[in-house]
Order: sequence, then C-alpha cells, then structure tokens
Amino acid sequence: MNKWNLIVDVARCNGCFNCFVACKDEHVGNDFPGYAAAQPLHGHRWIDIRTVERGQTPMVDVTFLPTMCNHCDDAPCVRAGTGAVTKREDGIVLIDPVKARGRREIADACPYGAVVWNEEKRLAQKCTFCAHLLDAGWKEPRCAQVCATGAIRAVKLEDGQMQRLAESESLEVLHPQYGTRPRVYYRNLHRTNTCFVGATIVSRASGASECVRGAKVTLSRDDRPVAETETDGFGEFKIDRLAPGSGGYSLEIAAEGHERALKRFDLASSTYLGTIELAPDAR
Amino acid sequence: MSEGFQRAAFALMLYGMLLAIRFTALAKPAYRRQLKHKDFVAQIKVRDRPMGRYFEFRGGEVISRAGLHPNPDVAMVFKNAGLALRLLASPDDHLAFTSAAKMFQIGLEGSDALGCLFTEMLAGMRSAWWRFGTDAGNGETRYTNNTNGGPVAVYVKEGRIVRLTPIDFDDKDAAPFTIRARGRDFTPPRRTSISPHGLASRSLIYSKDRLLYPMKRVDFDPAGARNCAQRGISGYQRISWDEALDIVAAEIQRVRREHGHGAIFNSHSSHHTWGNVGYYLSANFRFMNAIGATRMVINPDSWEGWYWGGMHHYGYSMRNGVPGPYGTVEDCLRECELIIHWSSDPEKTNGNYGGFEGSIRRLWGRELGIKTIHIDPYYTDTAALLGGRWIPVRPATSPALAHAIAYVWITEDLYDRQYVAERTTGFEKFRDYILGKDDGVPKSPEWQEPETGVPAYTARALAREWASKKTYLSAGSKGNAYGGACRSATGTQWARAMVCLMAMRGLGKPGINFGNLQFGAPIDYTFYFPGYAEGGISGDIEGTGSAVNLFQRMPQIISMNSVAQKISRLLIPEAILDGEVEFYPTDPRALERQFAKVRFPVPGGSPIRMMYKYGGSHFGTTMNSNRLARAYQSESLEFVVNQSIWNEGETKFADVILPACTNFERWDIGEWANCGGYTLHNEGQLNHRVICIQHKCIEPLGESKSDFRIFTELAARLGLGSYFCEGMTELDWCRQMFLATDVSKHVSWREFLKKGYFVVPAEKEPLRPPVAFRWFAEGRPKDEPEPHPLPSEYAGRFREGLQTQSGKIEFESSSLKRYGADPERPPLNRYIPSWEGRSSTALYSRFPLQLVSSHVRYSYHSKGDGKDSVINDIPEHRVRVEGYDYWIARMHPADAAARGVKHHGLVRLYNDRGSVICAAVVTERVPPGVVYTQESCAVYDPMGAPGESTDRGGCVNLLTPSRSQTAKTTASAPNSCLIEIEKWNGAEAQP
Repeated sequence: MNKWNLIVDVARCNGCFNCFVACKDEHVGNDFPGYAAAQPLHGHRWIDIRTVERGQTPMVDVTFLPTMCNHCDDAPCVRAGTGAVTKREDGIVLIDPVKARGRREIADACPYGAVVWNEEKRLAQKCTFCAHLLDAGWKEPRCAQVCATGAIRAVKLEDGQMQRLAESESLEVLHPQYGTRPRVYYRNLHRTNTCFVGATIVSRASGASECVRGAKVTLSRDDRPVAETETDGFGEFKIDRLAPGSGGYSLEIAAEGHERALKRFDLASSTYLGTIELAPDAR
Repeated sequence: MSEGFQRAAFALMLYGMLLAIRFTALAKPAYRRQLKHKDFVAQIKVRDRPMGRYFEFRGGEVISRAGLHPNPDVAMVFKNAGLALRLLASPDDHLAFTSAAKMFQIGLEGSDALGCLFTEMLAGMRSAWWRFGTDAGNGETRYTNNTNGGPVAVYVKEGRIVRLTPIDFDDKDAAPFTIRARGRDFTPPRRTSISPHGLASRSLIYSKDRLLYPMKRVDFDPAGARNCAQRGISGYQRISWDEALDIVAAEIQRVRREHGHGAIFNSHSSHHTWGNVGYYLSANFRFMNAIGATRMVINPDSWEGWYWGGMHHYGYSMRNGVPGPYGTVEDCLRECELIIHWSSDPEKTNGNYGGFEGSIRRLWGRELGIKTIHIDPYYTDTAALLGGRWIPVRPATSPALAHAIAYVWITEDLYDRQYVAERTTGFEKFRDYILGKDDGVPKSPEWQEPETGVPAYTARALAREWASKKTYLSAGSKGNAYGGACRSATGTQWARAMVCLMAMRGLGKPGINFGNLQFGAPIDYTFYFPGYAEGGISGDIEGTGSAVNLFQRMPQIISMNSVAQKISRLLIPEAILDGEVEFYPTDPRALERQFAKVRFPVPGGSPIRMMYKYGGSHFGTTMNSNRLARAYQSESLEFVVNQSIWNEGETKFADVILPACTNFERWDIGEWANCGGYTLHNEGQLNHRVICIQHKCIEPLGESKSDFRIFTELAARLGLGSYFCEGMTELDWCRQMFLATDVSKHVSWREFLKKGYFVVPAEKEPLRPPVAFRWFAEGRPKDEPEPHPLPSEYAGRFREGLQTQSGKIEFESSSLKRYGADPERPPLNRYIPSWEGRSSTALYSRFPLQLVSSHVRYSYHSKGDGKDSVINDIPEHRVRVEGYDYWIARMHPADAAARGVKHHGLVRLYNDRGSVICAAVVTERVPPGVVYTQESCAVYDPMGAPGESTDRGGCVNLLTPSRSQTAKTTASAPNSCLIEIEKWNGAEAQP
C-alpha cells in the first residue's frame, strides 16, 4: 500500500512562505465537509515557518524551517480523538470536523503543537495534507505545488521504500524522541538543530593586515581532535554540526610563518569567535 | 457592387442583426439580462439617403422596424450603405472602423452613454457565444488570470473564487529549454511559479477593506463648504454611482473652466493590478488624455543610481542605465565561478513579477558549485539560501569599498590590462585618482575601513578573491540594476563604480558579466506580445511605449494630452503647496536628456486644483511622505477623486471615492512579467513565456466596476463616451490585442479564450540570443536583440561600440564632462560621503542609527500589504502585537539592548521628519548601527493629525529624506536616512 509522505529540504527553502499562503488560500473561507472546516483568516498556522538564525555578525546563517502536522503513524491525536481523528490507509491523519467539535484534548495531545484550537468553532484543526484534493485526483498537496525551489516534495511510497529513501537521502524527522513515527521527513536539519564555531584568522606579518588563507584549524574536546579544517581566502573557517550546549572546546590554529594560536571556549550556541590575529613566528 | 445592391444588402443585414439579437437573448441568459439594462431606442442609418432600422429595447424585449424612428435616443450614422456593410460585416477590422471614424464617415447622434450601451449590445451578440474556462470537477470551473507575481489558475464555484494556483502545463503546451552546463542538463519544471503577493490574491479580492460602493466625504459639499483641511480625518457616506460620477464630471468641467486646462492632476500608482487593458498606462491614460491633465512623471525609483550615474560610463539610456541580460544564464552556468551579490537580494524581489523563476536557476548554480559573496548591510535572504561570505557594509558607503577594490587590482596588477587598453577610455585618470596621485589620498583598503566598516583585510581578500575567479557581479537584485545602494545619496557613485570595476575585469568575456541568473534565460525573444508599458489601449504614443510596436499592430485612435506640464512624483506635495517646482524629468532617449530641467507650471500653465488619483497608496512609496498629507489638506486643492480597489493609505484623503474592481472581476489580457517600455524583454527572467487571457472569473464585488467601465461612464457624461471606447468593450479590446500579437499565429481566439493561456515555445538552441557584451569584448558589431541605443546615438558606424561618445566604456564620462554642471557627479567618479550619514555630525549625534528601507518581499508596492490579506500573517512581513499587525524593523542585539528593546517589542522610529511605530526584530542579520526595514507599506494610520503625528501603519517613508541624490538630479535617496529608536510605551509622543 502506497502512503503519503512529505519531504522538506530546509536547504532549498528560500523562505518565500508560499506554502503558508497556499494553505491559507485553500482553507480560509472554504469548508471541505468530511475533511476540514474552514481555517480562520488570521491566527492559525496549519503550516508554520520558523526562521532559525545562527551565529553573530558577520558570520551568520539563516534557515527557514517549515513545520506542519506530521501525520504520525502513532499519533497521539488519533488516540485522544477516540474515533474523531482517523488514520487513513494512505497515511494521512484527518480530524473529523463534526465529530471533533468541542474536543480540545485533540489539540492538546500533539507534542509538536501542530494541531490548533479554533475557539470560534470549538474545533481542533490542522493540516489535512489536502486530502480532499488528492482524493479528487490531484498529484500533490497545495504546499508542494507552490514550492518552486522543490523544498517541499510529496511522495507516495510503500513504507519500506520510504525507509530506504530516508536512509539514502539522510532524512530525519523532527523530535524523534516523541516516538510518534512522523511521515514528514527533513533534509539538512542540522542547520536548525546543531551549531557551528567560526573565526577570522588575520596576520600583520607582511605589514598590512591580511587574511590568512590555508591555516590549519583543529577543534578538540578533552584534548581529542573532533574536527579539522582550513581557512579560506577570507581567513575564515566554520566548523558545523556541533551539539548545542556541548561545553568546553579548544581550537588550535597553525599557519606557516606564524606562532600557533590556541583558543578555549564554551559552546552554548553557534559562535563566531571574531578575529584572531596570529603572531609572526619569532624564529 | 452597385449602390442599390449595397442598400438592399445593408437592409438585409440590419434585419439579420435583429434576428441575431433575439436568438442570442433566447439562448444566452447573460445576454438577456444585458438587454434589460435600460429601455431606449437606437437607430442605425445612413447619411446619404434616408434609410435604416431602429431597435427599441423595452423591458428586455426588442422591437425593430425598417426605416427611421421619429425620435431615437441614439443613432449610429454611416456615410453610406457600402461603408456600413463593410464595417458591420467585419467587426475585427478595427483599422477600417478607426479610419472611418477619423474621416467623419461614421458618427453618433444623441446620447453618448446609450451609444456606448448599444455598441456593447452589438458586441455582445458575438461574445455571448464565446466559451471560456475548463470544468475542474466538483462543480468548479478553472479560469486563468495574471498577477504581478505570476499567472494563476482560478477555481470558481457558484460565482465565488475557491482557490488560486500556479498553472501546471498540459501535454499540448510547449516544452521548455534545456541548458547544458558542465556535463549536466538543466530543464525547468513545467509549471509557472508565483510570488506570495500574487498567491494571496483571493484574500485581497475578498478583503474587508474592499471599496464596494461609491462614497463621498461627509463634510464635502461641491456646491458649498468643501472642508479640504478635513481630508484624512473625516468619514464617508455612501452615494450612488450616478451621484458620484455626476460630481466628478461636473468638477472636471468646473475646474477646467475656472482654472484652465492642466488644473487637473493625474496621480497614479504602479502595480496594484495586472493587464494590458485596465492599467494606469492603458485605460487611465486614454481617459486622462481625453480630458487633458497634468501628468505625473515617474522617477526611475528602483534604478536611480544606474539611470543618473551608471549610464554615463557605458550607455544603455533606453534601459535606464542597465545593459541587456541576453545569454547570461547559460554563460553563467557554464563558465562562472563566483557570483558577487552587491546590494542584491534576488530571493527577496525575484527580479520583478518573476515568480520564483530565478530561484530555480540560482539553485542550479549552487548545485554546480558556483560560489557566492554578499556585500550588503543586511544578511539577505539570498545569502540565507545560497550561503557564502557576508560582508556587511555601512549604508551608502559602498563606493568607497569599490574604490579600494580597484586600488588592490591596480597595485597588485590583478586587472585585465588588454581589455582596459582596447575597450575603455580614461583609465589613467581613474588610476591616478584611485592611487591618490591627484588628491593625495590613496583609496586603499585602510582608507575605506573607517567609512564602510569593512576591515581592510576583508576588502583586500575580497578584491583578490574576485580577481582570481571568473566572476558575475550582481550589482542590485536585477543583476545589473536595482539595489538599495543605488537609492542613497551615493547611489550614482555606486552604480558608476560598479561599471568601472567590471571594465577592469573584461566585461563580456566568458564567465565575466553582470547578473545573478535572474535575467537572460534562453527563451524566444522574437515572439511579439506587448508589455504593459506599451500603453495597451491608451493610444498614447508620447507617454507610453506604444509607438515602438503596438500602435502599428493594434489599430486605435491616437490619444494626445494637450496639457504640456508635468510634475515629478517625488515633488507632488511641493507642486500643490508651493504652486511651483523645478525638476529633471526621466527621459531615456539619450544620455544628456536627463540634464534638461523643467518647471511646473509651464508658462501660462494652470495651478493644480483637482487631483484624480488612480490606484494604490503613495504614502509608503514616497520619501518624507508626511508632506503628502499636508498637501492633501491644502485649500488650494479644491477636489480630490480617488479611484481605488481598496480603502488603503491614500484613499481616505479623497472627497469622492470610486470603487474599482480587481482584474479577477473584469476582462483583461497580459503576459507574465512583460512590462515592455524601458525594461525591454523583462520576460527574459522566466523559464517559460506565458500569455494569459485574464478571464472575468467572477462578477465585480458589491457595486465596484472595472476601471474601463468607470472611465467609459465618466467619458459619456463629458460627451466622450464613444471616443473613449471606440465602440468596443474590454473583451473586444482583449481580442484586438490578441489579433495584434504573435499568439494569434499559433492558436485561434476561441482556443485561447477557452484554455486561457498560451506557452510560447522555447527558442531553438542555434537561435538563442548571444551573450551580452560578448560582441563588445571581441570587438564585433552588436548582436544582442535590443532596438537601442537609437541609431543616431552611435558615434561611429551603426551597431559598432557603445552609446558613449567614445563608443567605449569611459572611466571618465564624456557626457558628464560635456554637462559639467553637477559637482556631485564629476566626470571622474569620486567618493563623496552621503549628505546624511555618519559624517553629518550634528544630525548623527541625535539620530545615531542608519535606516535602510529595501523593496518589499511579500508584497509589491502597496499590493498585498494591509487590507486584511493573509500576507500580514507572515511573521517576516508584519508581526501581530495585541491584535495589530505592525511593520517590522530589524536591529542588532547591541542596539536593542542599549535601548531596552526586546524581540517583537514595539519601538518608535523617529527623526525630525516623522515618527513610526514598528515591531522590533532583534537579529544578527544587521550590524550594529544599522536598522533594516522595508518600504511600500500600504497602510497609513496616523495616531493623531495626519502629516504630523506618529504612524502605526508602518510607513517608514515618513522618515526618509525627500532630498535628491544630487542637486542636478531628481533621484530618490531613501537609504541615506538617520533615525533614533526608542521603546514604545503606547503613549503618543511628538516627533
């Protein structure tokens, strides 16, 4: 049985918010009986996009992280719904807009906060994967159709195929520790849940200040090297995929004709260490 | 054909006409309703001998007799039966119709309004049978339309729009291009893309801020007290269309009688709708020319530095100082190693109207390993997507960094000496300036550091990185134009410096050009379809690009404005308040045309006593716009009518409001992203050219009407109705335009109308246009497909060399040298610090933050913002605090902390010019000392007296200076702006 999955590549998302707008376009003011009651014009975010910013001026990066209902295979909302929330054979989780009326616990059950409470309608609501369109023959939900950069893809696969795809493309799910088995997968999630350290290496060996290209940078923890890299033409390096709040590190910077520099720091979140000037080798 | 036979045939045709009307009414309910619209008698007759037939409409029935009615309400008169036969039998031959009209061979007697109605009924006989739209199942019909963010499929059920989507192409639509680069093939997806402001159109169509019926300010009495000072303050009452149009028609005549022609000023916005019929350059200009009006001159506000500066070094005046982008997408993907984005954020602005077509190609570039660098006061959305080094530069100081780059290239011998020797002039003088030989100041990396905030070592590394790689310079989001840096006091300097730097790199050689993959796709540039700046139905060959192609292709009666005087958009308030202004109007025909100053009023000209405002709000798009509120309240401005779709910023300053409908509620026709005019081949940013008939998807909401209809009804009150519409409806005009273009060579009208769109086949590979500047780099005649510079602009042989006097890239500009009158634009580009910035010491001590207001991302001018649209829910656009959607101002954590400002806390941005409340976004994406926000907010919501009080709508242009970039230009400079920020505690404070 082929089932629907969504794959979000955060490195291809340019933050245009088209998925958010398309979701509003489809669901605001439109009732789809059996699938969803209309979404309120303001307030609800059945698709939300978080802007994740890392680092400090001028070494920063920014990633847009679209989130929506994960259509979990072991969905707490289905359990909380006791018949008002169903898991379809194609993997989509739907909240029945009639049976679920007044059932706030359905919204509260979602550990991802993807189910939103509509106070006016007394109804828990969320992304429907545009099931009403798929059932009418559409090839993908609105969010995927409007995504010009291909950051959101909808694929209908057997679970085994999907698992193989997840492995081959290094896909992850959000908060796997919740144990709900999401059907929404992500690529390049490290840009949102790990951190980096970087710096600019300069020297005055030649008189004027110059960026040092090709300096060897070794990042160590407990005196064991964990990463090595080289500085680029701007004298910069950036070591990524470090665990936030992972504590004490040391950096050693070695460049020909210069004394080695050593820098110790505690890593709380992504850190730009600023400019590090290497002293010319006294020998 | 003998005369007798012609008369018999004509009589028969008139009888046939009666049958056709009756049969159509029987079969088509909509046409039946049309006949019920009004009871009247229409006569068709010939002038040479009494003969004809009259049609009497009574409650939807038609009574008709051969012969002459004793007292018809309206009569359509032909010179003779032969002419009548010819014209009535060939309704598509509009050339025959206009020729006959111009020669007084046909005419109208009686009511002009009924004449228009009658011609609509005759047209309806045919159009009632036209079918359009596609059954989409579930009771939905799919139509097509266009937005300024891309084309859309429109799903309608029971007269209501259900959804808008991009258009997925079907098997019959043309295949796109494939680009082969570095061993890989790239083919774009077979669908259109769309910007969020286009996709959000449904929420705008059904916005609670739609104007649904005509209104009059409660304390405005055209016959008594006008209470002009109450504009922007007093409320409105609903009135009928008849009352509204009667007031406007009477005011047009009164003002002309009392003050002279030219006392009516037509102010208009850009970009609130899309289409070639109902646009400011089309129906609006047609009407304004018919009544005579002082025209607004648009300054090249997104191009400023390029128009007033850049062009003087390499020409391209007809493109506002911007070269064509031909062939650069393929060249960049195949050859380029590095793209430097300098004041360039194409992911934010997507060229213009370009959906996300460029994004698709920029990701191809990323996949191919093309590196990127970003020089900007803001860590842009493009940097976020593509990565690469961010070099934060202080606002309005970029030319200093550019000079330092030239310094490194010269001192380290890193430039293309041969190219400089063969293809440029004046390098020695430039070199001497850079090295400090002429002024004692070497423009070294160390020299620029205190100015720009860019460390000398970074500037040096940047210069070397650039020189070591085949590099595309994306100077501005367009690739070779736009950019916030061109909209500051140093805007001309920056654009000029960009041209000089590229001259040192060998502009036009493989992999070395301007661009960022946004423009220059290998589509078919030879397929004709007009852009909106070609004037549509305006018939205006002076004020639009109509004369270039459209006027010859689509017959229409020329319309000419008898009023000579004009007012720069930037100086509207002064023109009203002071009664006179001087400025430099945009005129791109030659380099030196921009040096000619004009004065308002012209000798004997009229002061402005009436404003006819069309379209969106200027408060968000005009510098120091508190001026505008003050001008509106002037007693000398006796009457203001505003024809708008929404009740936004500027609408509430009108005396009478005429509610227009959106382009989803009327007929129009247009091509995606094609604007014609001085952005020739703007559709070159697309992966597929898509031309749409813009279906009338739903009926106009409330009592709103199409712009064309409003103008027709007004014109009829002035006896100009049949002159205005030329016997045609909007749909007839769409058909005329279709017939005038190459679309009609590929599909029939009925196919096009039914399906709604046409995809222009991609150009065959051998026919793709050559790379821009390649001919120049190789010393060949120009081979790019652009019809300018004008032939007379070549100093040497036609198509050989550039538009400059030398035909080469000039480091020292001959045109500026000949002019010699602008000390801020010396022939040799020199760094002159911004007149408002860190070096304006007194001001800087009071207002220590530099404000950058870029073009908007999620809206487009005033389209999409405010008006209760879903765009307001995008947290990167506005932030909701206590139920109000505030505009965003981004500031560095250090600046925020120093002022006690928290993320998403409310702040007041202020200086001596104004005061605006925004929501703070505290971010490392701006360096300390810089505040980054966007212009073009649609809301103007003063908390007290308009023009004086704090605005909480987000009009940051209340803060920006209205001073021109240089004394001898009329160029906006919003990015030379100092402000201070304080935490906003909710209480009104005086600025």
